[in-house]
Amino acid sequence: MSIAVIAFYLFAFSAIASGLMVVASKNPVHSVLFLILAFISAAGLFVLMGAEYLAMVLVVVYVGAVAVLFLFVVMMLDVDFVEMKQGFLQYLPIGGALAAIVVVELIMVVFVWAFPSDAELARAHPSPTAAQTITDPNGPTNIEALGLILYTDYVHYFQIAGMVLLVAMIGAIILTFRTREGIKKQDPAAQVGRKREEGYELVDIRPGQGLS
Amino acid sequence: MIGLGHYLSVAAILFAIGMAGIFLNRKNVIVILMSIELMLLAVNINFVAFSQFLGDLVGQVFAFMVLTVAAAEAAVGLAILVAFFRNRGDIAVDDASLMKN
Repeated sequence: MSIAVIAFYLFAFSAIASGLMVVASKNPVHSVLFLILAFISAAGLFVLMGAEYLAMVLVVVYVGAVAVLFLFVVMMLDVDFVEMKQGFLQYLPIGGALAAIVVVELIMVVFVWAFPSDAELARAHPSPTAAQTITDPNGPTNIEALGLILYTDYVHYFQIAGMVLLVAMIGAIILTFRTREGIKKQDPAAQVGRKREEGYELVDIRPGQGLS
Repeated sequence: MIGLGHYLSVAAILFAIGMAGIFLNRKNVIVILMSIELMLLAVNINFVAFSQFLGDLVGQVFAFMVLTVAAAEAAVGLAILVAFFRNRGDIAVDDASLMKN
């Protein structure tokens, strides 16, 4: 067995095991941590497939942003998670049966499926293979090849992705925004619009008595 | 040698785990969201596997789209969850039937 085969089975086993633990673990914090492990294992699989850039993006975006967001929310909400776990065993037969059916179906499809004979001709953008990268060290790597098409032929997809993120950001801010009563905060309009009469008071102090 | 079928099988198993997670954790919205993330990850593995074994980079470009949408979905979903928690004091989805009455 070569290193690549061992690495594949390692990452695949780790991805599937941590996926199971995401679903099955009692504590949602553990679920999030296993989700992170699943993403890192998938990033390893991506590296094995030669999609290095996507692997790094997966680690940065998912582990760095999405998983931390989940962790924040899990820890922020004061919910009795043990009580939420009830019904797990009740739904286990139907959930497990459905999952088994789907996985058997999908794997049956996988092993009878084959590329059409003219698949080579139908390629829109041939990706640099490992053999090419070794024979031509100056040729485009995965990230260069991706950049060459992402910003030219697929620039609209790129901009739509940016728009989706912008809308999601605005939506998240609007959903969680609230004005709280009774907190002290600066009001520039009130400061500027203050009248002279409101700002001071003339008091006639008698000698020897002081202010009462 | 590891072929396309191996990667697709891993993705299929991950997808099924995510689907089962939605059924098993019906009460816990956070775990449901995490299960959806798992399913999207499985889809991404499929895209990258096909991209690699077909020798076509477009699959990876589309995997970016899936990644973007998944990130947006997580952000909006968790924001809804926080707003829901503020209004009701818990996140039980079973009795989230305010619009029915």
